[in-house]
Amino acid sequence: MDLQAALQTFIAESRELLADMERALLGIEHGAAHGDAVNAIFRAAHTIKGSAGLFGLDAVVAFTHAVESVLDRVRDGQLGIGDELVVLLLSCCDHLSERVEAIAAGRLQDDEPPAGAALLLQLGRYLEPQAGAEARAEPVVLDGDAADHWHLSLRFGPDVLRKGMDPLSFIRYLGTLGRIVGIATLADALPADPAAMDPEACYLGFEIAFASAADKGAIERVFELVRDDLSLRMLAPRSRVADYLALIQELPEQPGRLGEMLVACGSVTERELGAALALQGSEDAAPLGRILVDSQAVPSAVVEAALTKQKLAGTERPRADGRSIRVDADRLDQLITLVGELIIAGAGTELLARRQQDGELIEAASRLAGLVQEVRDSALRLRMVKIGATFGKFQRAVHDMARELGKEVVLDIRGEDTELDKAVVEKIGDPLLHLVRNAIDHGIESAAQRLQAGKPVRGRVGLNAFHESGSVVIEVSDYGGGLRRERILAKAVECGLVEADAVLGDAEVFELIFEPGFSTADQVTRLSGRGVGMDVVKRNIAALRGSVGIASRAGEGTTVRVRLPLTLAIIDGFLVKVGESIFVVPLDMIDECIEFSTEPGHDCCNLRGEVLPLVGLRRFFEIEAAPARRESVVVVRHNGRRVGLVVDALLGEFQTVIKPLSKVFDQVSAISGSTILGNGAVALILDVGAMLQGLPGPARVHSP
Amino acid sequence: MFKISGEMTIYQAAGLMAELLAALEDCGGVLQIDLAEVTEFDSAGLQVLMLARRGALARGVELRLFAPSPAVVEVFGLLNVAAYFAGPTDVIAST
Repeated sequence: MDLQAALQTFIAESRELLADMERALLGIEHGAAHGDAVNAIFRAAHTIKGSAGLFGLDAVVAFTHAVESVLDRVRDGQLGIGDELVVLLLSCCDHLSERVEAIAAGRLQDDEPPAGAALLLQLGRYLEPQAGAEARAEPVVLDGDAADHWHLSLRFGPDVLRKGMDPLSFIRYLGTLGRIVGIATLADALPADPAAMDPEACYLGFEIAFASAADKGAIERVFELVRDDLSLRMLAPRSRVADYLALIQELPEQPGRLGEMLVACGSVTERELGAALALQGSEDAAPLGRILVDSQAVPSAVVEAALTKQKLAGTERPRADGRSIRVDADRLDQLITLVGELIIAGAGTELLARRQQDGELIEAASRLAGLVQEVRDSALRLRMVKIGATFGKFQRAVHDMARELGKEVVLDIRGEDTELDKAVVEKIGDPLLHLVRNAIDHGIESAAQRLQAGKPVRGRVGLNAFHESGSVVIEVSDYGGGLRRERILAKAVECGLVEADAVLGDAEVFELIFEPGFSTADQVTRLSGRGVGMDVVKRNIAALRGSVGIASRAGEGTTVRVRLPLTLAIIDGFLVKVGESIFVVPLDMIDECIEFSTEPGHDCCNLRGEVLPLVGLRRFFEIEAAPARRESVVVVRHNGRRVGLVVDALLGEFQTVIKPLSKVFDQVSAISGSTILGNGAVALILDVGAMLQGLPGPARVHSP
Repeated sequence: MFKISGEMTIYQAAGLMAELLAALEDCGGVLQIDLAEVTEFDSAGLQVLMLARRGALARGVELRLFAPSPAVVEVFGLLNVAAYFAGPTDVIAST
């Protein structure tokens, strides 16, 4: 395989694994079942280590190795995974992410940066033999004391000798690190038939009781050279007898024989083993003595099969989903662009067919159009991703922010399966993060205030996503103190945003926080409150053709509601004509179309008793053409606000591919893009939100 | 008496094993292996001896390891395998 391509896979995979790791760590913090989470974290570290080794990324290997070693101790039950360790592991996760990004940026051989060295030092503390002091080790010792030494199970691969390495030398070397308390040599793998033996293959295995102050990593390093040809299992000092039982189960030899070996090398006493087996209550519970006698001879075929099985197990890696493939996002984009062209070409064909008035041709064209639509939908679906991954990232942010602000906050995520366009998901992350940040910093009250208000100390920030009429709605809610209307108003008057005597509804007041430079925070914290942000959030969301609204009740909390289009590539539009120009109004914004009727000189009309402000597109775009005899009004709704657009003619629905405007038209507001019609004409897509911004005297509908 | 001299390592393992198996066939019940002059002894050498013991057991031959050299003793001690060869007989006689 091309190394560069393999490296890209490594990078992508590592990113995912690190995300998994982070999620699992945060899960632990929120009280999820530890076992699974620890395993998930371990697996992530382990897989990254393995892959990094392939690319010779030694610093990454060393680092993940340290993480893995600590996790190993957690898995062994020697270390409790507490707050402190979670925080440390999160930092490790961050550090690895940075390394992976550095690798992605082409810096393969960086040395471990100081931050990494510091983390390694901290990890090292958990690896010291007596780290148990702060780490609530909880070895469940059956029958008093379990062995006070390491237990090593070594099974050498057949090729060790041929590679010029002798198991003996490793064991001698091991002896320099500590004291070999007991050793049992297993030759069970030797073939029963001498003729079948390969004298140059290695068949040996060892069970070793090893007393040493060395840490796991140091012991493992003894066997570094034979890493590929050795199955090494380690039990830490004071492991539970149950762990020995698990070890026995894992090893290829028959349980009884192994039990004997463990007893022989002094790692467990026969009494302990017997008691433990009895506890298990299975057929293993037969008196140990009998098991030991019964199983003197082990059929070598069984052993070999077990060894092979083991080797296979070692090479298998958990694959998230074998049925999915990775595709370069650029290729997808290219496909979407082509589908867009196809739609335009299809529309052209249909138009021509109609003009020819050839029945068969019309039929063929319409069948084609149907298929093109299906292709379009499938192609777009390829780009749809669940928003859950983005939400998941916030767990970490919330954790860090809450810690920094000294608040207790849980993130309540709903609707993580809601799908939307990848491009939208990528761009919505930052604005959403800002909203979450605001919710924690400004929304959730301090612990003291919460207690006073009779609320639980632990605050809740909700993230919710759902589909609603062709768009996706994302809500960020805090169940905190709510916006303080008077404060906002006073501040707004101070900043000159509104007149001191202006009478504003709640919604309008709340909308003020989206104004540039607006902040009511008493204190500027590191996180927010400097008055940059909400306006940027609003601008970013608008750039995605989305909108943002806010609702709040004093004492109950604030909900910011972001509405986004499902995709950026294609919209269902409604064609309208003014003079010779054709415009596209996004269909999901249109409430209804009515006949134009108003008193001359008025720029509003009466819509079932409500005042509807009108915008004449002719005047707005300064189109010089005589008004049509009968004009129509397209009623659009945006951000809870209704406005009528006055046009010459309604041309009907049209599915349209958005072509972004070139940079030259950057300054043009009220137009978000263009599209090409079937007959080759260009239609401009109206940016209703931008059009309405300049309108005074908003008329509101009830629900935001 | 089957005498092994010099190195008893992976380099000699194949040859030694063939010779030992042959010796087992025509030893007539007891095979004594003289290890006094073994200068080097590695895992492969150990495996050859282990196999010889198996073969001996299968054929009802009594295997005696005789006068192991320091090299052999060191490995037996290190791996705690003396007991493996300690059958019903006084297998490991010291010099």
